[in-house]
This record gives sequence, C-alpha cells and structure tokens, in this order.
Amino acid sequence: MIYLKPYKALFRIRFTNSLQYRAAAVAGLVTQFVWGFMYILAFAAFYNSNPAAFPMTLQQTVSYVWMQQAFIAVFFIWMYENSIFEAVESGQVAYEMVRPMDLYGRWFTMTTANRLSRAVLRCIPILIVAFILPEPYRLVLGGGAIKHVLFLLSMILSLCVVVSFSMLIYISAFHTVNSMGTRIVVGVAGDFFAGGYIPIPFFPDFLRTVIELSPFGAMQNMPLLIFNGYLTGNAIARGMLLQVFWIAVLVLAGRLWMRRSLKKVIVQGG
Amino acid sequence: MITLQNINKTFRVAKRGAGFARAAKALFSREYETVHALSDVSFSVQGGEMVGYIGPNGAGKSTTIKIMCGILTPDSGVCQINGRTPWKERVAHVREIGVVFGQRSQLWWDVPVMDSFELIRDIYKVNANTYQRNLDELVEILDLSEILKTPARSLSLGQRMRCEIVASLLHDPNILFLDEPTIGLDAVSKIAVRQFIKRLNKERGTTVLLTTHDMQDIEALTERIVLIGKGQILLDGSLAELKARSPEGANAEEMVAALYKEYEI
Amino acid sequence: MKLYMKYFSMHLKSQMQYKTSFLFTTLGQFLVAFATFISISFLFMRFDSVGGFSYEEVLICFAVMMMAFSSSELIGRGFDRFPVLLGNGAFDRVLVRPRNVVFQVLASQVDFSRLGRFVQAVAILIYALPRSGIDWTFGRVLTLILMIACGAFVFFVLFVVYAAFSFFTIEGLEFMNVLTDGGREHGRFPFSIYGDGVLRFLTYIVPLALVQYYPLLYLVGREDNVLYALTPLLAMLFAVPGYAFFRFGLNRYKSTGS
Repeated sequence: MIYLKPYKALFRIRFTNSLQYRAAAVAGLVTQFVWGFMYILAFAAFYNSNPAAFPMTLQQTVSYVWMQQAFIAVFFIWMYENSIFEAVESGQVAYEMVRPMDLYGRWFTMTTANRLSRAVLRCIPILIVAFILPEPYRLVLGGGAIKHVLFLLSMILSLCVVVSFSMLIYISAFHTVNSMGTRIVVGVAGDFFAGGYIPIPFFPDFLRTVIELSPFGAMQNMPLLIFNGYLTGNAIARGMLLQVFWIAVLVLAGRLWMRRSLKKVIVQGG
Repeated sequence: MITLQNINKTFRVAKRGAGFARAAKALFSREYETVHALSDVSFSVQGGEMVGYIGPNGAGKSTTIKIMCGILTPDSGVCQINGRTPWKERVAHVREIGVVFGQRSQLWWDVPVMDSFELIRDIYKVNANTYQRNLDELVEILDLSEILKTPARSLSLGQRMRCEIVASLLHDPNILFLDEPTIGLDAVSKIAVRQFIKRLNKERGTTVLLTTHDMQDIEALTERIVLIGKGQILLDGSLAELKARSPEGANAEEMVAALYKEYEI
Repeated sequence: MKLYMKYFSMHLKSQMQYKTSFLFTTLGQFLVAFATFISISFLFMRFDSVGGFSYEEVLICFAVMMMAFSSSELIGRGFDRFPVLLGNGAFDRVLVRPRNVVFQVLASQVDFSRLGRFVQAVAILIYALPRSGIDWTFGRVLTLILMIACGAFVFFVLFVVYAAFSFFTIEGLEFMNVLTDGGREHGRFPFSIYGDGVLRFLTYIVPLALVQYYPLLYLVGREDNVLYALTPLLAMLFAVPGYAFFRFGLNRYKSTGS
C-alpha cells in the first residue's frame, strides 16, 4: 500500500489532464465504440450463418466485446509502460536504483496505476453507451450481485496477471540490446492467446484446453467469461484459483529474475 | 525590397485553466481570448541592408517572419517582397528567399550532410554549375569540407548551424531570414557565423533580416535595429542613434534592457 | 518523379541506419496481420461461411484490403505522420520550399517497415487465389488489379483527409483511425456482412465498399454485370472532396499558424 501513495497524485494529474483534452477523449471513445460495434456485427454475421456452431450465445459475445473494449487498458499486454523500456535502455535505471523503493514494486505499481487510470477514464462512457444500445447489441448486466463481485475480483486478478507477465518483458530489456523484438512478438502472441482477437471459446478445442491452463487463459478470458455468464459455479472457482496461481508464479519469477538482472547491471556499472 | 504596411494579425487562443474543476468545466464549454500578435506593423528594408529584429519572447518576431516567408496570412495589411505578396505567390516567392530557423533543422538527421544539400539542389532546381560554385565557396568559407560526409546527427551544434546556413543559400536567395541563428552556439561558432553573414552581405549584397536575443549579434552585424514589443513596432533606427540616447559606456545588452524597461515590455 | 526517387533513396538510407528497429517493426506488422489471419482461420474451422461468403473468398477480400492499405501506407505515410510534421514545425519548412505542398508531404516519409503487412497480404493472396475456384478471365484479373490499385488510392485519400483534420484538431484525430485502420481491419470480411447501414455508409460516404464488396461479387462470379467490376474506378472520385478538404485546412493553417 505504501507504494500507492505517490500514485494518488499521479492519478489525479492524469485524470485532470485527460479531461482537458476533451476532443481526444471523445475521439478515442468514438473509435473504440465503432471498433467494438464492428466486431459485434461480424460475430453476429457468423452467428446468423450457423447458430449451432457458435460456442456461446450471441448475447454473451456482445457482452464480451463491450467489456473488453471498456477495459482495454486493463486487459491488453501491448499497453506497455514505454518509460520503463526507455529507462532500461538508456541506462537511466541506474539512478532509479538509488531511490529507497524496490524496483520491482515500483514498476509494478506504476504500471498498474497507469493502466487503472486509463481504464477508469475510458470505461464509463463506453459502458453507458453499450447499456443503452438496442437489442441484441446491448450490454446486459444480469446474473446477480455475487456474479458481479466475482467479476470485479477476477478483473483485478487478471490485471495482476497481465502486469506481472509484462514485468518479465520489462526485465528482459536488461538482457537485449533492443527490446523492441521481444515487446512486439510477445505482445502480439500474448494478446492473441489471451483472447484479444477472438474469445478463447472460439479457438479449436485442442488449443483451447492448453491455453485455458496457461497464464494467457488467466488474463482477460476469466473476467470476461464470468461477466457474460459463460462460466458458472465450479468453473469460476477453478479459473480464479488458476489466476492466483499464475500471479504467484509470475511475481516470483519476475522478482528472482529482476534480482539477477540488477546484479548484472551493478557489476557492469549500468 | 521588403515593405510591410499596417500588418495586423490576431489569434484566438483557448483558455486552459489548471485544476480539476476548471478542467471538468472545459469539457462542456471553452473560453477563448483574442491575442493581438501584430498591430499595425510597418517597416521597410532596402536591398543589401542588414536589419536586426529584436524584442522579448512573444513580442511577435516569429509571426512577422512567418508572414514574410509566406507561411502565415495576416488579417490585414500589405506586404511586398521582391515585388510579390508572399502568401499569394508562395512558390515564386520562396524561390528567392533563404530561411534559417535556429531551433529547427532542415538537414536530414541520419544521412550525410552532402546528401541533404543535393536534395535541396533538386528541390530548388539549381543548375549544376551554380550549385557547384556556391557549394565550393560556402564550404570553403565556413570550413566544412571535413564534415560533408558526416550525418547531421553526429555534428556539433556549431557545425550543424553552419550547414543549415549553407543549405539556405544554395539557391542564391537575395534575401536571408535568420531566426535566432546563434542560439546555443559556443563562442567560436558564433563568431564564425557572424563573420560569414557579414561577408555574405558584403560580397553578394544579400539582404539579411535577423532575429536574435544575443545583443552581440546585433552589435557585430547590423546597422539598424527594429524593436517590437506586444505586437507593435516601438523603435526603428540605427544602432548609433540608440547609442546616443543611452548612458555613456553602456553595451548593447544594457541598451536593450533599458529599452525594454522604457517601453514596459 | 525524379525528385521523389531522390527522397525515396534518402529515406532508405536513413532507415537502414537503424536496421534492428526496422526489422522488428516490419516483423511486428507482419505478426499482427498474421494473428488476424489465424483468427479468421479459427473461425472458419467452426463455420463454413459468413454472410454467404466462403473461407477462400474472405481470404481474398482480406488480402486485397491489406495489400491496398499497406501499399498506400508505404507511400502515403507522410500524411499519416502529418500531425508530427505540424507539431515539430517541419511543415513550416515545407511551406518555404518552392514545390507543391502535397508532393512534399508525400515525400516527407516513406516507411519501409510497412512492407511487413504487404508481404503477409501477398502470401495470403498466393494461398487463397488457387483455392478460390475463380474462373480466371481477363476481366477478372483486371478486376483484382483494380481492387488493389483503387483500394490503395482510397486509403491514400483517407490519409490526406486525416492530415487535413490535423489542421483543426490534433487531439481529436484518433477517430479517423476508424476509417483508415478500421477499413483495413474490418475490411477482412466483405462489408455486406456488417449489415445495410455499414454497407451504405461505405458505398456513398467513404467508398471503401466500392473497392471491396462490389468488385468482389464480380470476381467470384456472383455478378456478371461488368459495372460491378468497374466500381473501383468510381471510388476514385473520393479524391475530389478529400483534396478540397486538405486545401481548406491548409488555408486555415496559413491564417492561424496552428
């Protein structure tokens, strides 16, 4: 929690700044909204071609897309914190190490805070619009309070999975001359397997089973499928446990790797 | 050669308040204020003259230069340069002027300077002989032969500025606008640039109009200064006149400081 | 043209200074396109058709739009990056050069890393064409070429419109991505599957459907009317309002300087 203090101010500044750029806010919103709507229309076309082959209901897919668009900043790996890459590549990171906070914690909080503040700003208007759309394109709540609590919990977990996963990419920058390759390859592939392009239930079955157990299945897949009612009961419990498991593994791996990488930096003098 | 008559220019600027509440308010309504960048600006420059155009930041120097380069259209007023109105006959006009923006480069960052020069030659359709003659001469005077094959990113600021000047002169302009040409340069480069501008003016008769904050530039180069403040021409006279009305023994810096104070700008 | 080649080689030289960065950006472009391709394949493992179009037909559509977009982007990136040109003042330099403004903006950037998408598009086209069952006639070959060429042209005009908007607002520009990037991304399916509203918009307002859906019908043999094959030419009229808008923006820039 002590990490969060400086970020309260940061959050405030970002929020104020974003409000000032009203045109940017509106434009971003329109873009995302149209984007989401086109996805939905495409899914609807597939649904109409053969409803039996559709792995979930159309309504569930609609909810999936809207929630995904609303929380893009939470869910997608490629929303990197570029300042971290710059700090590592320019050697600035040596100065950061002078400060009293531990670097892993700092990066983790910074990324989380930035993602959250972006998401909070964007989600509200998108959700409002998505709720007032006509059927069948409307975002439907339904499912009771417990489901929504579980959804929120799972979303927080999935944010932690995404951040702890991207921490590995940040740390890898200590070991490569140019982090761009890793950034791009892991970003695109990761978001694809996480269900960023099409939801995981649309994947072929053999792949689906594997991915659902991987960290990618513990990202946007979980909260979105809880929200749209695709997952129920035990499946939710199992999935959330898996999320916790992956956070533990990823954080542990990240912290260990970070320690080793920093030693290297210190030995080489940044 | 250059005539400006009653040039006026206003901008509308959105007010942007700090703070949470104002930002939220600005979401729905936005206030504008009108800024008079230039009010009734008139002056003229004869062929072969060197004029220092001075004034504090935001006084309207850049706006004037932009109008004279044909980048900006004024709200009203007449501007004739080489017998043309810059913003009406852009292409014909810019062919005969050279512009150096001290803070922005026209050189390609990652390729040898020479390549940038050749591109400029093609852009201006300078014929091969003229180009070669100009290049040889400029390179010799400015002592650049060593660095022609170096990409701009590896040049020092002084070297880069000298190359910028060459780039602006390859097409034989008869007027040269210099917007803060010595900004950020070390003493040696400053002197080299000044000497060169002086020589250019003397040998080719190029008309030079320069803006600067460095009063030594003014002292070294110009006979005449035009002072602008809050969008109005406050003073137009020779350096000697200015000296006469200043306290004994004051240097250029102090004279100008006194002027700013006098006009409260 | 000679001058453009000069700019072209300068850009090539510049970008070759940063080979790693260039390679990775190209790779990134390729991968994103590849992920999209895989998504389509996954969907067609479940479904036989969408909106009456088969997998192969969709792939042709996808490849044509990507090819059109990426070739347009390769050349027209100067307009795509126009807000940067405005922001750092480099546009003022453009205005003090005795050449056509549009030409200079065009030449201000050639982004070779956009080849990644183009390569992907070529690969998909090579994969899809023999499988499509199209009965190749001279007319159909010409239709395909028209779709790509005129498609590139329409995207290019969209970049110009994008640049023109940046004279008015830098902040609000993102919405133009709906048409540029959106046209490419959502153009992977024939626009008819998105419903009549979308199709009408993309026919009469932003004529992307004229280079995609209508000629596709002719290409795959659902329409015999030659007019369908010629709609891409009609789409080129889009340049008239597009260019006028750019001129309008330019005049405004000259009077406000921002």
